[in-house]
Amino acid sequence: MSGDHHDHDHDHGHDHAHDHARTFRPDQDDTITHYRAMEIAVRELLIEKGIITPDGVRRAIEFMDGRNPEYGAKMVARAWVDPEYKKRMLADGSAAAAELGIDVGLLKLVVVENTDRLHNMIVCTLCSCYPRNLLGLPPDWYKSRNYRSRAVNEPRAVLREFGTTIPDDVEVRVHDSTADMRYLVLPRRPAGTERLDEAALAKLATRDSMIGVALADTP
Amino acid sequence: MRNYHDMGGLPAGTVVPSEHDYALWEKRVDAMQMLLKDKQLLSTDEMRRNIESLGADVYEKLTYYERWCAAITNTLVQRGVITIDELARKMVEVQAREGGLKP
Repeated sequence: MSGDHHDHDHDHGHDHAHDHARTFRPDQDDTITHYRAMEIAVRELLIEKGIITPDGVRRAIEFMDGRNPEYGAKMVARAWVDPEYKKRMLADGSAAAAELGIDVGLLKLVVVENTDRLHNMIVCTLCSCYPRNLLGLPPDWYKSRNYRSRAVNEPRAVLREFGTTIPDDVEVRVHDSTADMRYLVLPRRPAGTERLDEAALAKLATRDSMIGVALADTP
Repeated sequence: MRNYHDMGGLPAGTVVPSEHDYALWEKRVDAMQMLLKDKQLLSTDEMRRNIESLGADVYEKLTYYERWCAAITNTLVQRGVITIDELARKMVEVQAREGGLKP
């Protein structure tokens, strides 16, 4: 990890609890390739021309780093405890996010609900559209050829590759995102969670359960 | 005709649940994209068009943020925000300063 990146993580002070389960891999800032040189060159030209500022770049990265699946999980947990909120969320995802103080920008957010008869999963076959304001930046596999190609025509096989088996009598519905529309899956509330409060429930709504490749965790 | 980015439903391999912590340079590419969109110097459609016109070989070979970097740069040149000459000079300067290209 480069010095810059390290300092950066300490500067912005967001909660990174969601990262702790993963192993940090070394980043790639120590070698200069054609495209890394291009990034530096273009950024410096834009700064020289007064179009962007170093501070603006830093703040944009902090915004990005501050976005993580806890935002989506907050909506999910609220929907699990508040049926009226759930109705509003399914009717207008963007407004329901705003209600919890979460900015999803101008994009239309559509929340799709898993039930005992229906399992939803999301993909972007054309590229990488993803509800990043609610889940953070997408994982590599979401942008991979294998996921993008196969999620739409053999979703059950793809789900099994994630260790998720959906019974044959449950319909699987795949939602292909677009540049103007983002989907979020509302996973089923796990059994045995009747006594849990909203904060404890939010911890069960994992990123993958909100993409629809997994079920919510059980307590 | 189906373009190379349009891969929904095509045969492909097992999904490997891969992820990495994004490198700072990748986040800077993303940040540039956000800032240029705010300044209305880049639209989502321009990003898509420039990614979808990289050519199949380049598209397959580049990493995700390398494609973004190429698409942002191409858009800025197409719009006349930066020129090819400026970019070429700056690239030479950056490469000299950073100790030349490494594999």
